[in-house]
Amino acid sequence: MSGGMIFAGAGAVLFTMGLVGVVLIGPLLRRILAFNVMGSGAFLVLVGLAQRDGGADPVPQAMVLTGIVVAVASTALALALARRLHRLTGRTTLSATDDD
Amino acid sequence: MIPLLKRAAVILAAASFAGALVFAMLDLPAPGVHLPAAVEANMAASGVAHPVTAVLLNFRGYDTLLEVGVLLLALLGVLAVGARATPPAPAPGEPVKRMFARLAAPLMVLVAVYLLWAGAIQPGGAFQAGAVLGAAAVLLHLTGILPGWGAPGLRLRAGLAAGFLIFLVVAGALLAQGAVLAYPPAQAGRLILLIEAGLTVSLGLILAGLFLALSRDSGDEA
Repeated sequence: MSGGMIFAGAGAVLFTMGLVGVVLIGPLLRRILAFNVMGSGAFLVLVGLAQRDGGADPVPQAMVLTGIVVAVASTALALALARRLHRLTGRTTLSATDDD
Repeated sequence: MIPLLKRAAVILAAASFAGALVFAMLDLPAPGVHLPAAVEANMAASGVAHPVTAVLLNFRGYDTLLEVGVLLLALLGVLAVGARATPPAPAPGEPVKRMFARLAAPLMVLVAVYLLWAGAIQPGGAFQAGAVLGAAAVLLHLTGILPGWGAPGLRLRAGLAAGFLIFLVVAGALLAQGAVLAYPPAQAGRLILLIEAGLTVSLGLILAGLFLALSRDSGDEA
């Protein structure tokens, strides 16, 4: 198992942990953070898998660089929407009850 | 709260999903196309000497073009959602902070220009330079030296869109050659530098805008 595979495996675990967070966590701020953990896992898988047999691959690295910037932008948009929701309704979760 | 049973089921399903994912990746056959070799073979025609920059702005230039569009759209969304009728005046920073910002900002601009230039031959480029520039803009705004973000003027709006528009104009002009963003090899280096310079300014402003628009009206909420 090469170093790249370790990164990819860690990325898969991170992605799943983020996924569990998105599904189970109610408060939107923490859910946005979980979504970011998910994205970081996907980036790790992309870069790690591409270099599992040695040399680095510039193509996924460029894709991940693009992805990181888009992740920043989407996080900012999500935060703005969450704050708008909080201002309009006073709530920080999407549904009135957690269980629906 | 979420019932314990549902929580346990989700965690169990996720754990087996992660296991399956890892095993699938371990079993993955070698890729059919060897991309690093393809990049290496075309480096001479790309106009730059660093493979990541070549992929970002030449081989997969349309990805980057669309990405800048997404960034601009996200900023417009943030500005639209958080729109306020009266922009609050930024607090006049303390003298020490203002002094520090005045000393640091020119150096940050210098670092940004260096990163932009270095992108052609080593890690660096428009995104890293834009991040540094964005940090400088945030610093200058928070200390009250450049209060432009309170009410974005025409020049600021033009700066936000400039990177995307320059990129779009270059892409449109090159359409005459028959493909999106297929630079003529002789001009590739210059075109990439032009696009990257525009992107650096716009990315810096957009990143600073995302931060400042989100932090803008948090004070009157409590």
